Amino acid sequence: MARRIKIPATKYPVERFTLANGLRVVLTPDRSAPVVGVAVVYDVGIRSEPEGRTGFAHLFEHLMFQGSENLEKLAHFRHVQGAGGTFNGSTHLDYTDYFEVLPAGALERALFLEADRMRGPRLTEENLLNQIDVVKEEIRVNVLNRPYGGFPWLRLPPVMFSTFPNAHDGYGSFGDLDSATVADAQAFFDRYYACGNATLAVAGDFDVATATEMIQRHFGDVPARPAPPLPDFAEPDLTSEKRDAYTDRLAPLPGVASAWRVPDPIGDFDNYLPFVVLAEVLTDGDASRLVERLVQRDRTVTSIGGYIGFMGDEFQVRNPTAMLIQAHMPPGGDAEKVLRTVDEELDRLSADGLAPGELERVQARIATHLLRDTDAVLGRALPMAVLELQRGRPEMLNELPKLVGEVTEAQIVAAAATLRPERRATVEVVPGAVA
Amino acid sequence: MNHTLPDLIPDAKLKLPKEAERTLAGGLTVIAIRRTSVPLVELRLRVPFGRAPLPRATVLSQALFTGTGTMTSVDIAAELQAVGGGLSAGLDPDRLLVTGNSLASGLDRMLEILAAVLTDPAYPNDEVATERDRLVDHIQVALSQPAHLARTALLKRMFGNHPYAIQTPEPEQVRAVRPAQLRTLHAERVRPEGAVLVLVGDLNPEKAIDAAEKALGSWTGPAKSVVVPPTPVLEPGPLLLVDRPGAVQSSLRMALPALERTDPDYAALQLANLVFGGYFSSRWVENMREDKGYTYGPHTGIEHYLAGSALLVSAEVATEVTGPSLLETLYELGRIASLAPGEEELEQARRYALGTLRLGMSTQAGLAGLASMYASFGLRLDHLRQYSASLATATREQVAEVATRFLAPTNAVTVVLGDAAKVEGPLSALATVERSAG
Repeated sequence: MARRIKIPATKYPVERFTLANGLRVVLTPDRSAPVVGVAVVYDVGIRSEPEGRTGFAHLFEHLMFQGSENLEKLAHFRHVQGAGGTFNGSTHLDYTDYFEVLPAGALERALFLEADRMRGPRLTEENLLNQIDVVKEEIRVNVLNRPYGGFPWLRLPPVMFSTFPNAHDGYGSFGDLDSATVADAQAFFDRYYACGNATLAVAGDFDVATATEMIQRHFGDVPARPAPPLPDFAEPDLTSEKRDAYTDRLAPLPGVASAWRVPDPIGDFDNYLPFVVLAEVLTDGDASRLVERLVQRDRTVTSIGGYIGFMGDEFQVRNPTAMLIQAHMPPGGDAEKVLRTVDEELDRLSADGLAPGELERVQARIATHLLRDTDAVLGRALPMAVLELQRGRPEMLNELPKLVGEVTEAQIVAAAATLRPERRATVEVVPGAVA
Repeated sequence: MNHTLPDLIPDAKLKLPKEAERTLAGGLTVIAIRRTSVPLVELRLRVPFGRAPLPRATVLSQALFTGTGTMTSVDIAAELQAVGGGLSAGLDPDRLLVTGNSLASGLDRMLEILAAVLTDPAYPNDEVATERDRLVDHIQVALSQPAHLARTALLKRMFGNHPYAIQTPEPEQVRAVRPAQLRTLHAERVRPEGAVLVLVGDLNPEKAIDAAEKALGSWTGPAKSVVVPPTPVLEPGPLLLVDRPGAVQSSLRMALPALERTDPDYAALQLANLVFGGYFSSRWVENMREDKGYTYGPHTGIEHYLAGSALLVSAEVATEVTGPSLLETLYELGRIASLAPGEEELEQARRYALGTLRLGMSTQAGLAGLASMYASFGLRLDHLRQYSASLATATREQVAEVATRFLAPTNAVTVVLGDAAKVEGPLSALATVERSAG
């Protein structure tokens, strides 16, 4: 048990270049399976949408699939799937991604499709109204028609933050969605979907020279438009605890989630990384501190989890962000008691440090998770595109297991000591359904 | 500059990974597959569990890692973590499934811990009580989820008195389960005979099997012989409406008959399913979502059990368009059952089916899931060659023929979960509606 397992590393090659129009490109070839992943990431997300237009970044993501210069509505989906591939897109706080995974022989087709919509989507009234309906159904499925919808990712930010970019509902209100216009969409595209504000990453089974030539051919004539200035969304830290509670009429059990601000994930990475490890020390599996204490010993919670970033994207989020702990309780559960116990465990960690082997085993498990994610071509293309966009360092994907392995006990203890009740934002779910 | 859609470069021949297989003296079959892309190992173990008493089997799957003769639940979790590992268990109507992974250098240790859990289980009273209570909480939450409620109602309509009809126990039944019953059930049913262990990753297949044999050689004993009867023929009957007052969406579900994977017509049925509703670029999804905006993520797919297969249709639709959604669904089913698909839409579905097979094989976890699932149906990865060939050669006439036989809306068992006061009228215009008693 004391003997420490060696944390291995990946050696995915990384080629970077920038086209004349400003598009940044990352290539990471790997011939071990005949598939490719293509990711295009734009440096705009939920935090950048205008007031009165909550949910707009996500709605716009849908509009990027509705046709472009050479593609009718439905054509994008048919061309990807008709090549044996899959596609999707997703909207995050700080970026929006679009991606395909395909058999290797369809690489050029995917590049063509992405370049075509980078030149400009077909924004029509009919498609806008259709996708507003689709997005409303998405919100009903994921938030309104199920228990714990939006808990805590939509419920905690308004408690923790006070400025619109950080605090508002990223899925959007139906009123704001209904108010969206084609002109809004065109303005959003013009401002944020510039090729200077985007990265392209390709992972998998391809030849670098061939892919470089294809990328030049398809993206080279996308008109150069500069990136807008990078906004600063910084807010001061909390100085006293903030609390909220709401009744979820579909929820049968009480829930609670707390968040604490953490250091800038990019500007202060060395002090940020220990929190990533701390979250796992606290909540990863039956041998973690909070699971052992709250689930098994006290039985005050039925499940508990901890992670960084409201969308769980710890290496793909900018400042300000937070470490979250969320728990579901048995019927009649007491959130106060759970929070007090979390505080006790954090105090114990700060005072007594870690047990022998505790840090090493958590680091080994994190390494497995990180390595496992990179086995899929998309698990390389997507994070490398975001790492290029936000840090100019896509090769960091190879380094993460080792960097996690270098976090020290002293850093974990120091991180835990910052998670004080007065810096905490908390939201409680009051069950409104009869269990 | 000229922007035209680039041609596809045809796929290279399907290449299967290097693998080895051995059935150990105790009856466990071990399959080891080499994919060295990342320095990890994926583990899947499937143990036959058909007709096991549902409340006990469900608690057993939740409590499998609560302790052994020498390790507590915390010891098990910590020892696994030390090699970057983790194991978890699940249950379906046919089998107990253990899923895990670790750093490649931790394979031996993960196998030792798995062996201890399988051969020396303790089911300590306190830990079992905790897991039992957590399971009850988990079921309470499931009972508030529309997807779970709709599936529960559909399974009852599909399977009647067959053991597959109920797949989630009642909270009261779970509360009544005692640790001694778990020890007995484990002794009876957690047996190597008929079980399959799949290891995939950065490993030497023969050496990985040696390691499994060393660790699991002491797992012995005959399995109880259990045969699950064939699933009953679906009886369409009236549309079953389950009331969920105040629901802002209705959950529309249909079950249609289907073929098992080894049937000569299976590939043609899968292609018919894709053209109808089985992927985004299908008729039903394009119609329901991209034309009408009724729904976000409608999907269809063929589900396979050991005793039978079925094609399931699912959509969450806004309450006010519940009737029109059923109309479009019946229309698209009727269309695929009555008219042969077009050449181009069939080719598109065919390329999707063939391409996504390759995507599914491109990761350790994907290979492990596929190999384990196939093995539990008595198939091996080389079945992919035969299946790919069938997908590549199925004709328009074959697809039309199976679509007529299987996708006709008159075959469908239909369940809608929603606000009955609002949707019963519109649904009654299209189908005979029966309100659920529950």
